[in-house]
Amino acid sequence: MLIPLYRAPQPSLRFWPVVRRNLLVWKKLAVPSVMGNIAEPLITLIAFGYGLGSLIGAIGGEPYIRYLASGSIAVSCALAATFEALYSAFSRMHVQRTWDGILNAPVALDDIVFAEMLWAALKSLFSVGAILLVIFALDISRAPTMLLAVPLLGVVGVTFASVALVFNALAKGYDFFTYYFTLVLTPMTFLSGVYFPVEQMPAWLQAVAHVLPLTAAVELVRPLVLGQWPAQWLQPLGVLAAYAAVGYYVALVLTRRRFFR
Amino acid sequence: MASDPLLRIRHLSKRYAGQTVVDDLSLDLRPGECLGVIGPNGAGKTTTLRMCLGLVGPDGGTIEAFGLPVPARVREAKARIGVVTQFDSLDPDFTCAENLRVYGRYFGLPRGVIEARVPKLLEFAALQAKAGARPGELSGGMRRRLSLGRALINDPDLLLLDEPTTGLDPQARHLMWERLKLLLQQGKSILLTTHFMDEAERLCDRLIVLDHGRKIAEGTPRGLIAEHLESDVVEVYGDGARAAAERLRPLVARTEVSGETVFFYTREPRPLLGALTDDHSVRTLHRPANLEDLFLKLTGRQIRDDA
Repeated sequence: MLIPLYRAPQPSLRFWPVVRRNLLVWKKLAVPSVMGNIAEPLITLIAFGYGLGSLIGAIGGEPYIRYLASGSIAVSCALAATFEALYSAFSRMHVQRTWDGILNAPVALDDIVFAEMLWAALKSLFSVGAILLVIFALDISRAPTMLLAVPLLGVVGVTFASVALVFNALAKGYDFFTYYFTLVLTPMTFLSGVYFPVEQMPAWLQAVAHVLPLTAAVELVRPLVLGQWPAQWLQPLGVLAAYAAVGYYVALVLTRRRFFR
Repeated sequence: MASDPLLRIRHLSKRYAGQTVVDDLSLDLRPGECLGVIGPNGAGKTTTLRMCLGLVGPDGGTIEAFGLPVPARVREAKARIGVVTQFDSLDPDFTCAENLRVYGRYFGLPRGVIEARVPKLLEFAALQAKAGARPGELSGGMRRRLSLGRALINDPDLLLLDEPTTGLDPQARHLMWERLKLLLQQGKSILLTTHFMDEAERLCDRLIVLDHGRKIAEGTPRGLIAEHLESDVVEVYGDGARAAAERLRPLVARTEVSGETVFFYTREPRPLLGALTDDHSVRTLHRPANLEDLFLKLTGRQIRDDA
């Protein structure tokens, strides 16, 4: 009886001890981890927001620093979830054999993949929370709707973690992940309306941008951070959900194949 | 019934890319027994263990652990199994105590049960003084004992041990054996793979010899030796060894030449030893036949490329 690779996810509550395991490791390294996650977006905000912003002025009536901060928080969320589901998950899966150890207990691979996805999303929220505090402290925005952006960024974290786990399942070493960053994520950040409006691009690129998960994330998160309501909810939420669902299922099948051949 | 096997394997087979790794293997592990699976590298030992844990799906045959079909109900079975793998999978970021505690949660054990077991298991693993140390600060023997302690967190009835002492120095191996004997005295059952014949002889009630995925012999260590080998072995080394082999062959049941050493197998060693006393071109070692001789007889002396 071969282990079926393509069957639907088999959820169980045993994913929770795996999330707790990762949380316990994170707690030991929390301060440097969050500092690192804040430092990079903070530098971007100050350098580009104030520096470039003084040349650009305003976009759509918003000062550039507000435009940039509200968009780049989605990027930080996506990057944090991706990084965790690539490098850190790969360390646990392949280098440290943590997953092998867990699989000898009554925990299934489906539980572990689900836990890793959820954990990466949760961890991205730690960074997001820290950056929101910076936005609040620097008085870039103090809109109460910022709080609503948090659960949405959780969905963004789930989406990017799920897609990243596909590449985790395929990886033979860390080098492989460089391609994902340079060929997929970095171009996506330039196409998704983070630094300038999507409407500035040629029509065919705009069409591409509208099916990218980061564009959907920015469309939802930016207005909420700035104290407005998104122009539309359904289309961007649908894009995020589609990437999350397809990404997660493909990641699960590929991870099963990796472990059970 | 008390005598029902804890583990029942019937006609198990597994192929990878056209190559048969496990071939029509059947075995029973009875309660309280230590069953050793010995065989060269690539014989299918680890694959068999992984199939028992539902981590590899068999191409044919059935596995039942505690009467539960594997892999269909492997989660229930795993609640009663402890596993020590060949390669450490300890969490490098956790202390010894945290490693045990976190592993206990994977079994869904209540906090109180885990907290009561952790100090006992640290003591069992002779690691009380290292409770706060991380695996990176431990010796190989300590890490392996911590892995064993971790495998006991769910108080399992059955232990699956894949080469538990490979890479350990003699002191660490002996301490490990002592602990495993203690577990057997407590009534645990053990399925052990090894390619150390002294380990198999010390620990195992029964042995299965695997080669190329097939079971080629099964029995008690002493019984297997008696069945397949002459009682005495005389090893002869030195410049004149090969010449002695030719000359003295009629005095013994069987000879084997391996490099510069000749092995004489016999039930009556005195004529051979007498003939060798005056031969100063060789050194001799007379000893009883052991499992290593059996293993080499059954699986051959050639090095396995897939090692």
